[in-house]
Amino acid sequence: MFNYTFYWSIVWEKFPELLQGARVTLEVTILSMIFGTALALPLSLWRRAEEGVGHAFATGWVELARNTPALFQVYMVYFGLGSLHIHLPSYFAMVAALTFNNAGYLAETFRGGLNSVPPQQLSAARSLGMSAFSAYAYVVFPQVFQVVFFPYVNQLNWALLNSSLGMIIGLRELTGATQAAQSESFRTFEFFIVAACIYYLMAKAIETLAQLASWRLFGR
Amino acid sequence: MIEIENVRKSFGTLEVLKGINLLIEKGEVLCLIGGSGSGKSTLLQCINGLQSIQDGKIIVDGTNVHARDTNLNMLRQKLGIVFQQYNAFPHLTALENVALAPRVVKKQSRRDALALAREHLEYVGLGSKADMKPSGLSGGQQQRLAIARALAMKPAYMLFDEVTSALDPELVGEVLDTLRKLKVSGMTMIVVTHDIAFARESGDRVAFFDRGVICELGPARQVINDPKEERTRQFLQRVLH
Amino acid sequence: MQFQLPYSGLQWSDLPYVLLGVWNTLILTLAAATFGTLIGAVIGWLRQDVPAARVILAPYVDVTRSVPLIIQFILVNSSFALAGIPLEPLWVGVIVLSLYMGVLTSELVRAGLGAVRFQLKWASRSLGMSYWQELRYVSAPLALRTIFPGWIGTVIALTKDTALVSVVGYVELLRASQVLINRTNEALLVLAGTGLFYFAICYPISLYSRRLERTFQHD
Repeated sequence: MFNYTFYWSIVWEKFPELLQGARVTLEVTILSMIFGTALALPLSLWRRAEEGVGHAFATGWVELARNTPALFQVYMVYFGLGSLHIHLPSYFAMVAALTFNNAGYLAETFRGGLNSVPPQQLSAARSLGMSAFSAYAYVVFPQVFQVVFFPYVNQLNWALLNSSLGMIIGLRELTGATQAAQSESFRTFEFFIVAACIYYLMAKAIETLAQLASWRLFGR
Repeated sequence: MIEIENVRKSFGTLEVLKGINLLIEKGEVLCLIGGSGSGKSTLLQCINGLQSIQDGKIIVDGTNVHARDTNLNMLRQKLGIVFQQYNAFPHLTALENVALAPRVVKKQSRRDALALAREHLEYVGLGSKADMKPSGLSGGQQQRLAIARALAMKPAYMLFDEVTSALDPELVGEVLDTLRKLKVSGMTMIVVTHDIAFARESGDRVAFFDRGVICELGPARQVINDPKEERTRQFLQRVLH
Repeated sequence: MQFQLPYSGLQWSDLPYVLLGVWNTLILTLAAATFGTLIGAVIGWLRQDVPAARVILAPYVDVTRSVPLIIQFILVNSSFALAGIPLEPLWVGVIVLSLYMGVLTSELVRAGLGAVRFQLKWASRSLGMSYWQELRYVSAPLALRTIFPGWIGTVIALTKDTALVSVVGYVELLRASQVLINRTNEALLVLAGTGLFYFAICYPISLYSRRLERTFQHD
């Protein structure tokens, strides 16, 4: 059945290219998470407001991000803006698209986190004489942080895996780099199995760091 | 008759029952009192096989509960048990709650099971609530529902595990009334309770549990009014301030 | 020398192609959702109630969640090709997405079964019910209430993930729209239509699911 000899040395030869791709993957992931988080904060506050322009805008963003495929969002940024004569290089298009998506999902996560803190906590803090700022910083925020921590890490994991969409728009992140590297020898299986392992290690590294951070910060 | 012989039970390294010996005769009401963690609830859970034991044996009407070849599902039909809370099946009405086991376990027809269920709901005073879901019932009503449900299987023995401890004070009475009614009908009952007054007035015998052993066992009035052991005296003093 | 391909505009004759994309998206979603749910229900139950299974299944769960779907599609496609059994892209999609949905569903099932209060299980067993009777009449119905809204969420996610099977040549909707874009250069128009389609399917379902979640809160 398997009339196929596995040929691993070629993968080893091209390994530096794969690592370079992995580096791009991490960059795109981290940048999109940073920007996405920054945008998600105001979005979540607008979402909590019952009405108004901000609320409508944020709701539109969130629902669009959550109800269309990530690849669609990538296409919109890459091809859609392209037809408006804004030609973004695939690197920026990928970061932008992932940022859009991250912001949408994280806005909902943060909103859930804020909702989970009973309003009595704020009242109690203020009654003790704390300023609004102190109350939020020392009482509300730490509780929100604990609630959103693991969903946040999940989103980070998602961003890492979905950076692979970059291949489709020509970005040489890990998947794209693997695709390019195997295009000469057509050793698809060998190359992609190695790529899969690299992704697995990256995902596991994130999970382990998150677990350690959780123990340090929350004691569990 | 329930024979409990030298029963030992541990959770990991923590020994919770350190050699319990008890004989429960038909028709008697035995109350188990004692502090938290003294092992009384655990013993109840061992009697109907919910918990394993590390040593000794428990024999219900001649059947060894923890023997490998014992059919627990059959044995459990003889032992009704009501827990402290979360008894009632939330997705079923009161009537369906009581009718489920007769239908599914005893293979009674739907009509017979429902009639039986109605009869038992009436017995505990919930006849008018037959079509309500547990979420629409008070805590006391839910406990009475659990009692009706256990009784519908026509058990020979009823085990009560602190059934009033989680209730608001004004709801306790209706549940205790049901227990008293059961006693009058001649049911054999083992009641784990914090309610010393109930134990004194309704129990035939009382066993005082202290850290995994039965410290004192005797007629209800005697153990509570005039305990022989110092530890019993201390416990009752703390509880009956 | 500048070489410019002429663009043709969007025509009505493009409609069948788009509809093919829609159809392919829908059948892939349906197939993967069905198999995925069945797989997930069994695996979720095993992971919750059978300790040995947790150890055996852990690698499968772990890997499926740590490797991008695109790579899973490519690897499955490539494996079957190497084994001499070339698979239609649809089946590559069904296999990978079913296993993926299986993992997501198993998480829900595990959590749902775990959320059933132990006293209810004890009460059922104490009434003489067997393990399977208890599962069927008490645990499963109760678990379903918490599982259902989350399950709908995974079906929605699945609908969106079908877009990725295009990497192994499956012509689902997004791929069809990309082809049209290349030919007509009407990116915004085509994408708007495509986006509307996904939105029109996913949004109402997610609203329904959220409403369900709220009613179950009240019980």
